[in-house]
Amino acid sequence: MLRRLLPHPLLTLVLTLTWLLLVNSFTIGQALLGLLLGLVIPAFTRHFWPDPVRIARPWWLVFFLLKVLWDILVANVAVAALILGGRRFVQPAFVSVPLDLRTELAISILANTVSLTPGTVSAWLSPDRRTLVVHGLRVTDAAALVHEIKTRYERPLIDIFESTC
Amino acid sequence: MQEIAVSVLIIIGAAFTFIGSLGLARLGDFYTRLHGPTKATTLGVGALLIASVIHFSTGSEMPSLHEVLVTVFLFITAPVSAHLLAKAALQLRVRSIAPPPAEAESSSGTGLDRGD
Amino acid sequence: MLSIALIIAFTLVAAALLLSLWRLLIGPDEPDRILALDTLYVNTIALLVLLGILLGSDLYFEAALLIALMGFVGTVALCKYLLRGDIIE
Repeated sequence: MLRRLLPHPLLTLVLTLTWLLLVNSFTIGQALLGLLLGLVIPAFTRHFWPDPVRIARPWWLVFFLLKVLWDILVANVAVAALILGGRRFVQPAFVSVPLDLRTELAISILANTVSLTPGTVSAWLSPDRRTLVVHGLRVTDAAALVHEIKTRYERPLIDIFESTC
Repeated sequence: MQEIAVSVLIIIGAAFTFIGSLGLARLGDFYTRLHGPTKATTLGVGALLIASVIHFSTGSEMPSLHEVLVTVFLFITAPVSAHLLAKAALQLRVRSIAPPPAEAESSSGTGLDRGD
Repeated sequence: MLSIALIIAFTLVAAALLLSLWRLLIGPDEPDRILALDTLYVNTIALLVLLGILLGSDLYFEAALLIALMGFVGTVALCKYLLRGDIIE
């Protein structure tokens, strides 16, 4: 019964918060209305979400997001310096990153993280989801870049989404 | 105090927005041009929106947080657009300074969006 | 202090809009033009937020949100058109 009423508890929470932010007021009435929307929308769009989202370690996800936010700031200063430096400093290259992640959501998060952080944009995902092709703005050592992406971002995501505990 | 914070954030945000577009205008090929708008512009507009949050929250009893919604939305959508654009460019074989990856060129529209 | 910062910021964002427009006009390929259009959307959001701060009005937020939503959908639709030659399958 609970499963039917609340197919995606996380989506309900996100929708309620989104509603409160959208109306920009935090009264009881708006919270109830947001909760109602959060309950109704997942029920009506159940077919779009066939797999339940499973987060094994939610607190690690918060930590991971904070780390990514910090990396975004650092990466932006680096990219801004490269852009101001002009074409001489740019050494673009495509790098293939072999993936150990299997969950679709985790792969999407990894691709988005890679795009927002260290001078790289995810450009292509192989149809079998085993290779992510990444375009780097300044690549001096391709192997080191692959190693950094795998240890810094992929490893935590495996722990968060795919560990069994 | 808040006014200084808002002013600094506005200038930083506008500078990053400008640098993003500068990268779009002056870099050599499509793939390098992709970096400016996805990173610098997104962060720049993010900083402007945070400045807006601080500006509208001071002096009123209720914090104004709805700008956070636009910020989060931009940070989620910018990499998705960049990924789709890069994929489209790889498929169209747009001129690239870096040698394009062999495996990506042969295949067509598969990957993150399966279109089903 | 704030008014000076706003003037500088408006100048920078307007320059950013012109640079994006320049890329939109010269191309040379379709992905370049779509990227320039996407950057123009995001720059417009920046302009609207600055205008909101300048006029002290909350109203511009809704316009910024709508442009963010429609800009993303538009970019995805154009990319899909490039990838498949069709949008609605």
